[in-house]
Amino acid sequence: MDLNLTAIIFVAILANNIVLNQFLGICPYLGVSKRIETSLGMGMAVIFVMTMAAIVTWVIYTVFLVPYDLVYLRTIAFILVIASLVQLVETVLKKINPTLFRALGIYLPLITTNCAILGVALLNVQAGHNIIQTIVYAIAAAIGFTIAMVIMAGIRERLDLADVSSYLRGAAVTLVTAGILSLAFMGFRGIMTL
Amino acid sequence: MTTLAQEFSKGILKENPVFRLLLGMCPVLAVSITAVNGFGMGVAALFVLLCSNIVISLFKGFIPARVRIPAYILIIATFVTIVDMVLNAYASGLHEALGIFIPLIVVNCVILGRAEAFARKNTLSRSIIDALGMGIGFTLSLTFLGIIRELFGAGSIFNIEVMGAAFQPMMLLATAPGAFITLGIMLGLFNLIFKRLGIE
Repeated sequence: MDLNLTAIIFVAILANNIVLNQFLGICPYLGVSKRIETSLGMGMAVIFVMTMAAIVTWVIYTVFLVPYDLVYLRTIAFILVIASLVQLVETVLKKINPTLFRALGIYLPLITTNCAILGVALLNVQAGHNIIQTIVYAIAAAIGFTIAMVIMAGIRERLDLADVSSYLRGAAVTLVTAGILSLAFMGFRGIMTL
Repeated sequence: MTTLAQEFSKGILKENPVFRLLLGMCPVLAVSITAVNGFGMGVAALFVLLCSNIVISLFKGFIPARVRIPAYILIIATFVTIVDMVLNAYASGLHEALGIFIPLIVVNCVILGRAEAFARKNTLSRSIIDALGMGIGFTLSLTFLGIIRELFGAGSIFNIEVMGAAFQPMMLLATAPGAFITLGIMLGLFNLIFKRLGIE
């Protein structure tokens, strides 16, 4: 079990990074990775929401959908859970920790349509993880997302000062950069497999 | 007030969701490995976009503004589930190839974006035209990217061997980095073309 968890963490962060390898969460990745501080903020929010969403969706899947033969309702149930969860997190956070709310607040609504959250929730149930593996995978995947985004932010901060052709400025050069980053992360494959 | 023809064509060229509005990136990168996958995903998204635009435009008087986003998500999720089950039953090869990205259509920014920006404010006929335009634009972009990546990455188009036996495929294009780089260069190319054509 322990070796399995280590493998899950390694694979989620490096070998099968959810952004650079599985293409989940591209929209916020391209949109928020302009500066390192905002990337870190978004990353924290994602770690927070992704873990909670993974746990709640796993519980709903295992306790309600599977025993009552309602697996086809998976998409609807999961997305409604995620949308409500984000709403709930926003409200609760505003009440109990206004400082944290102000730090994370703007990113939370963006996270609902983040395909990474729904994607990781689906990946967990598809892989048949138990609850511990689900939590570990969600945290690790979110950390992988954060690392990828912070690296990208560091590069983009420098790219802003570089002389990029006007046709490639903006999303185009960011995508090519992401491609090179993805190529770099490919080097981690094969070191450890699940 | 734009004409119906303009509504339709804007989704294909001027406001192309992939190359101009930069929406719905996740599936674009993942499924454009082959032309068939790109086309299949485009058609699935078109179906969901069309149905949800119709329903949301029909019910726009009945959905209270404060709960509209969850309501739209529910409507879209229902159609996505239908598409998921239909594909699973009648096109299991495509279903397996698209994998997790079929349920992820529900968070595709194109569909929610068109519902929020257009369908809830416009008549049924205009919403249908808008959905068709955007959906076809999305499908064409996906298929186009799929053709490029499949042609140079595997030497075939729609599974028909085109490049001959002596062709050494560029493996990079069939992998994850290749997706990013291809889309980035395509974007730059389209920016160039649009600027030369004078469209801004």
